[in-house]
This record gives sequence, C-alpha cells and structure tokens, in this order.
Amino acid sequence: MIGDQPSTLLDKIWNNHLVHADPGAPDLLYVDLHLLHEVTSAQAFDGLKVAGRTVRRPDLCVATVDHNIPTTDRSLPVLDSIAHRQMEVLRENAQSHGIRLFDVDDERQGIVHVIGPELGLTRPGMVIVCGDSHTSTHGAFGALSFGIGTSEVEHVLATQCIPQRRPKAMEIRLKGDRPMGISAKDLILAIIGEIGVSGAAGHVIEYTGPVIGSLSMEERMTICNMSIEAGARAGMISPDPTTFEYLRNREFGPNSDEFADLKMEWRSLKTDDRATFDRRVVMDISDLEPQVTWGTNPGMVTGISGRVPNPEEIEDEEVRDSTERALTYMGLGPGTPMESISVDRVFVGSCTNGRLEDLREVARILDGKRVHSGVHAMVVPGSTAVRRQAELEGLDRVFRDAGFEWREAGCSMCIGMNPDTLSTGERCASTTNRNFEGRQGRGGRTHLVSPATAAATALTGRFTDPRST
Amino acid sequence: MHTGVVAPLDQADIDTDQIIPKQFLKSVSREGYGDFLFHDWRTEESGAINPAFILNREPYKGASILLAGRNFGCGSSREHAAWALKDFGFRVILAPSFADIFRENADQNGLAALSLEESVVRELLARAHNEAPLRLTVDLEQCIVADSGTLITSFEIDDFRKMCLLEGLDRIGLTLRQAEAISSFEQQRWPNRPKVAPESF
Ligand code: SF4
Repeated sequence: MIGDQPSTLLDKIWNNHLVHADPGAPDLLYVDLHLLHEVTSAQAFDGLKVAGRTVRRPDLCVATVDHNIPTTDRSLPVLDSIAHRQMEVLRENAQSHGIRLFDVDDERQGIVHVIGPELGLTRPGMVIVCGDSHTSTHGAFGALSFGIGTSEVEHVLATQCIPQRRPKAMEIRLKGDRPMGISAKDLILAIIGEIGVSGAAGHVIEYTGPVIGSLSMEERMTICNMSIEAGARAGMISPDPTTFEYLRNREFGPNSDEFADLKMEWRSLKTDDRATFDRRVVMDISDLEPQVTWGTNPGMVTGISGRVPNPEEIEDEEVRDSTERALTYMGLGPGTPMESISVDRVFVGSCTNGRLEDLREVARILDGKRVHSGVHAMVVPGSTAVRRQAELEGLDRVFRDAGFEWREAGCSMCIGMNPDTLSTGERCASTTNRNFEGRQGRGGRTHLVSPATAAATALTGRFTDPRST
Repeated sequence: MHTGVVAPLDQADIDTDQIIPKQFLKSVSREGYGDFLFHDWRTEESGAINPAFILNREPYKGASILLAGRNFGCGSSREHAAWALKDFGFRVILAPSFADIFRENADQNGLAALSLEESVVRELLARAHNEAPLRLTVDLEQCIVADSGTLITSFEIDDFRKMCLLEGLDRIGLTLRQAEAISSFEQQRWPNRPKVAPESF
C-alpha cells in the first residue's frame, strides 16, 4: 500500500526512488545500481569529460567485459584490435573514475546480467540500469531494472538519477500446471508468441501465478530477460522465499546480520490484492510444448510439433509480408514440419540461458551420447563462476565427450561481436534471445530454443523434442 | 520545421541490429556510423552496393525523412542506431510506433521519432513509392505533417519531448539543477532504509 491506496509492485519501487517530480516532465528516479560494459559506455565517459563532469557515485557502478571478448584461450592477446581498444578504454575509464571492474582475468567476470545476481549485487526493490536491453533480467528479484542508451548512461554516471516517464503496469498471469519437460524458455517464448514483439511496449510486465512462484531464480531470470523481446520496458517477479534463499551467502549480498531486516522489507514488495494493472493477460500453459522460432523475430514461434506457417493463409498484409520475408531469409518453405528441419550449429549460452541450471540440463540430455556428425556445437558459460562450478561438477567432460566445444565466459555467439559467428546460410539452434537477421553473423539463420531442446537437437541434427530423448 | 525527401521502408519491427549491425559497435566515438546504416541490406555479401535497396536508389539517397512500419527500433538498446540514422542525414523518422529505448535514444540526439496513425503511414508509404520524390514538411512546433502547404496529418507529442527536440536541451544539466534533491534523497532515505543498495564495495 502507498498511503491507503492499493498499489502495484512497480508503483512501490517507483515511489521509493522518486527524487523529484515536475508536472509535464519525466520523473527523476534514483538509481541503486549501474552496470557497465565495454560496448555502450565509452562515449558516455567521453561525454562526461567533454562537459567537465564527474561520476557522482562510482561506488554504485560495476563494470565488466563481456560483449566482444574472445571465448578462446584467455592468455592469448585479443586479435581484434578495435575490440581490444574498446576493452582498454573501459579499463582506463574504470580506473580513473574509481569504478570496480571485473576484468577478463577476474574470477568474477561474466555476462553483466549473469554476474549481477550471482555476486549478490542485484537485490529486491532496487532500481537498476545498464546500457543493455537485457537489463530486464534483474527484474526476477523484484527490482525495477531496464536498459538505457549511451546518453542515458552518461546521465546516470553524472547524476545517479534517470529521468523516466512512469510506464504502465501489465500483469501476465500464467495459469494451469507446467507440463513435464517444459522450461522457462518455452514459457517466455510462448508468451512473446502470444502477445507479439511489441505487445508490451510502454509497459512493465509483472509475471504472476503459481507457475511463476514455483520457478527457480535462474528460471525467473530467463523469463524476465526476454521481456524486452515483447517490447516491455522491464519485467519483474515479486520476491519470495526462493528469492531470499538465493541471496544468502553471495559475495556482495547482504550479510547475515542484515538479512532478517531486509527480508521484512522485501516481503512488502508485492502488488497489493486490490491494486489494478493497466493491462492483464492470462495464459493457460497446461498444453504447452517445447517452443522453436521459425522466423526473424522472437514472436515468430511455434511448438516443436508445429509447422512453418504459410503466408498465403495470413490475412493481415503487414504480417503476411513480414512472414514471407522471414521465410526467404530463413530458407524455409511454408508448411515445413519443425522436426524435419536440420541444423548445422548448436549454441548454448547467453544471459538468457548460460547459467548453471541450463548447463546441467544440457549435460543431463547429452550424458554419454555424441553430437550428430553434421553438427558443430558449443557451450559458452555465462560467467567465469558458472564455468568453474560446471567443471567442478564434471559437466565440461560430458560436453567434451559428446563433441561440444567448451569455452570461456562471454556473450559470444549471442551477438557475434567476437570471432564466434555463423556463416551465411548456416542454421543454428540457439539458447539465446534474438533471431534477428544477421544477429549471429551475416546470413546466419537462428532458431531460438531452450537448453534442453538445443541438446536434443544437437544429438539428432534436427529439431527434436527433448522429452523424447 | 524540416522539409525533405521521404524514403519508404515498408516493414514492421525493424530492429536495431538491422539499423546498425554489431560489427560496427566497436568504435569508441559517436560519429561515422552513417556509412554502415542498414549495412547488411545496403550491401551484398561481397561488399558491393545492393542497387535494389531503397537508400541506394535515386531519389532516396539524399532522403532526410524515413517512413517505416510499426515498432521501429526494437531490440538492442544500442544508441549507435540513432547515431547512424542521423549521420546518414535523417532528421525525422515517421512510423506508427517506436520501441521505447529507441525513441529515447532518438530524442537524446535531436532525431525526431514521431508516431503517426497507421492508416496515414500506409498511404504515405504508397505515395513515397509512386510519386518519388515525395517531399514532406514536418513542423514540430505545430505538430503537423504537410505536403507543399497542404496539411496531411497532425501528430501528438508531449510538451517536454517537444521542447527537448526543439531546443536541444542539456538533459544532464536539467537534472543537475536538482542536485539538492538528489543529495537529500541520498542522506534521508539511505541510512533509514534497510540497505537494498550496496553501500560500498
Ligand atoms: S548475452 Fe547476448 S543478449 Fe545477453 S548481454 Fe550479451 S549480447 Fe546481450
């Protein structure tokens, strides 16, 4: 409640961070945590310098290198001199402004959205920003967390505040039981398929329902991560005992003395019973299948037993055009059964599905088996800590024995800024979040899937229902 | 007020990966992205210019108004997309809707991303193909789009955005005027509030 008004989780966090409000102008919100990486920060630091400004709260900034670092042997020099320069510039900026950087040789390095939660930096009730659209990931903890552009990065560096218009609140309630073998990735792909890639524009999504409550933190992160793919400003899930348990014993997390008090505070971070959302979507997931995208955006998705759509059967002209265009790019004929499509590559990783549980799931399916002879497969852990833990558990052996490459942590083939890319015409089953044209390399054809589907597909060489392996 | 040639891109959901592909995000400056705008559409695999792509054709080469389908600028938050459009010579983007982060990035760079009725965009797309070059005037002050003095449509934009676009306000300077409010927020709220934020590392 705010006063005696029932309010949403979004309203509560918003009002808690409101520094200043002027009628007509965007609200000024305080930022608790500002995450930085090498690709979207250089120009912001430069802008500060030109304007003679400083970083207001370097203690609330954390930086890492993830987007363009190679995932091969870290002791070798970075061959791409421009990428190398970008990392150097981040080092210089972090150093001169006193910002903590988890550099390439640091045990805590990793994809910015993997390490934030892992290190206990991400906490319920925070406002978190980063020059990266998948900042929505951190909403899994009941934080308001969203991506910003470089000019806004500069703004936050200089003021620790961000001017924002209050977005609308949208509830996505999942009802029904989660069928066996259906992953969080399948849930979010189905949600995006249902509401479309701009279905949540201007809104912050709060995911609710018993299914959401039953998910692990890593699964919740997968869901919130892809909120941006539905056009949402952010995604969030109210914190609960699962959240609290996750936050124990994290390097930068609350210490045990603080924990009891914090838990009290965190418990209030939920939408009140009588609060109203601007929009509500209820989805029954009882009959959901593993999901696979067939097109060039994450909303172009179907169940594994489904088929590529036939543009001729689509009435809306714009949708028909974009479907036709997507099928041409993807090299797929109308009506093709998804399970008949063969792949050249399999990629497991990214801030969507590069965490330990994802890797365990892949290893469970691969265990003792071999990747199909026509497939080149790769696992890139989301962070160095994930990599270490996976090795402790022997997962790396399972991957290697199955014929997967086992790499160092980073974004890698999710964005293809480093040397890990698809070649023209190559088809990839990928656990990432964007199947845009050229995302993984020019002419590359990306199909988004869950880690389990990626693993099952690697074994057969064509899209395969992981429940059948 | 801006008058210029309109380039039609009749596609919905044009994402920022298309506007500026990732291989061009390694620079540490804000300039020089115009040559790489829509790179993979503008060039063939071989690197040769794709003569069929609209921005490689007369009279669209010198277009300063881009007309596109709904949800323009979705996907990645890369501000490089706004920098590339501006550097190429675009001053105005007209579409039925924009992705939130893109619109903010456009605002920050004085690139006017304006939403028009979907039906109006459809009509204009057809005209931009048929009557090339279609020249339009976009008057931000009056919130109208006109064609040689004839009103085509009006659009809505909130006063704050309008002021920022027209006056190129220093947004950081504006926030810094609230320095006292920021300091008192930090002092009053933080020690009293359970530490949701890490105090220091
Ligand atoms: S893994 Fe992919 S989506 Fe995530 S931050 Fe890196 S490039 Fe972006």
